Amino acid sequence: MAKEGLKHTPLYDEHKDLGARLVDFAGYEMPVQYSGIQAEHKAVRNHAGLFDVSHMGEVIFRGPDAESAVQRLVTRDVSRLDVGQAGYSAVCYEDGGTVDDVIVYRRESDFLVVVNASNRAKDLEHFRENTNEFDVEVADESDHWALLALQGPEAAGLLQDLTETDLSGLKPFRFVEGVVDGAKCFISRTGYTGEDGFEIYLSGGDAPRVWRRLVEAGATPAGLGARDTLRLEAGMCLYGNELDAKTTPLEAGISFAVHLDKEQRFIGQRALLLEDTEGLRKKLVGFEMEGRGIARHGHHVTSGAEIVGEVTSGTKSPTLEKAIGLALVDPGVEDRFEIVIRDNPVPAKTVPLPFYKRTGG
Amino acid sequence: MNIPEDLQYTESHEWVRIEGETATIGITDHAQDELGDVVFVELPGEGDTFDAGESFGTVESVKAVSDLYAPVGGEVVEVNSALEDAPENINEDPYGEGWIVKLRTSDEPHLLSPQEYEQVVAEES
Repeated sequence: MAKEGLKHTPLYDEHKDLGARLVDFAGYEMPVQYSGIQAEHKAVRNHAGLFDVSHMGEVIFRGPDAESAVQRLVTRDVSRLDVGQAGYSAVCYEDGGTVDDVIVYRRESDFLVVVNASNRAKDLEHFRENTNEFDVEVADESDHWALLALQGPEAAGLLQDLTETDLSGLKPFRFVEGVVDGAKCFISRTGYTGEDGFEIYLSGGDAPRVWRRLVEAGATPAGLGARDTLRLEAGMCLYGNELDAKTTPLEAGISFAVHLDKEQRFIGQRALLLEDTEGLRKKLVGFEMEGRGIARHGHHVTSGAEIVGEVTSGTKSPTLEKAIGLALVDPGVEDRFEIVIRDNPVPAKTVPLPFYKRTGG
Repeated sequence: MNIPEDLQYTESHEWVRIEGETATIGITDHAQDELGDVVFVELPGEGDTFDAGESFGTVESVKAVSDLYAPVGGEVVEVNSALEDAPENINEDPYGEGWIVKLRTSDEPHLLSPQEYEQVVAEES
């Protein structure tokens, strides 16, 4: 039954027909799982999974100053992006805290910035407030777009059967306009799972048909639960967990998305330069449990009697079959510490990120 | 939803089989379905004692942590340590291989009949 006040993506009826368990996520009634988180997770790692991520926000920057406006807002130097190229970036406050993490797409005549659903309203306000001096239109087109994420080693083969666009020529973080099963869309070789895959932006009207075709072709419907375990194994940040207004992108370990030397000043640049010079106040580490128990968001990290950090994400990794997690800890912390699980300090050790890296591809 | 006729239940979705002084306890089919894939069970130690309504352990799925509440008071006489390596038994066979703990009890507890429990489940969904 539909819950009151919650929005639906164009694929809502598909989820219901598939028997998905639906939950409130960022104001949308979204599928958290269909067959089960672990089965869906493994389908993505070994075959192909299909996610409805239409709740994500699409914000277009258009006009003569579009590039300058985006440059002002994001930490990545988007002047280095070619048309048809996308880049992962942070958006910061003046103090370096993080507003959101986004993907910036440079298109022929504008920029598309894809934002987290839970941050959409806040982002739009931040974008508009900070681009007054530019001749740019900031348009929220989120409600016009559906977004499918087809992820896994078999994703390219499945999608290639439904499109004439040559996907073998589409490199990671590149995108192209194309037609999938008769639907105009743009196809981006991006994702949030650590696997090869695509994100397909298309109209809400076409989305259910394309979704069904991909499922018929063998893609396993996968929900937000598997999306979270997959991204965690891949060592990727989730806003609200690893990133927030009190955490800088440098602290969260995404300095690859921050171009401190960017010529055009961006919001937060001064604070991030200072932190880069003076040293991080905290840092993100990956860990695995050595004792029994699963670390969860909010658990304390201790070293002896001292609290040295906090778990930002934790789960039992379906691929590694180990309890893993990410934590923001004091920069000087040792390789071994404890995670306090229900008042009980359980030993854990840091491990290199990502936890999981695909082979080949 | 499977609610066996020969068991008693709690509003917090445990089932209990009382045989003499021994109460065998697990979580219901409805509870395991709501949780999803169980990946971890925290069991009490043998000899630990609990009052009725007290938390005696946890069951964790990939996403969620759920406390286990003792439907009756008593002393732990046996734990299902197979669950440490095979927590999925709780999903696959919640009333059989997925049992969690046995307590020695002398309580005469107020528990729900299968029909009453079915009502609890119906009201939740």
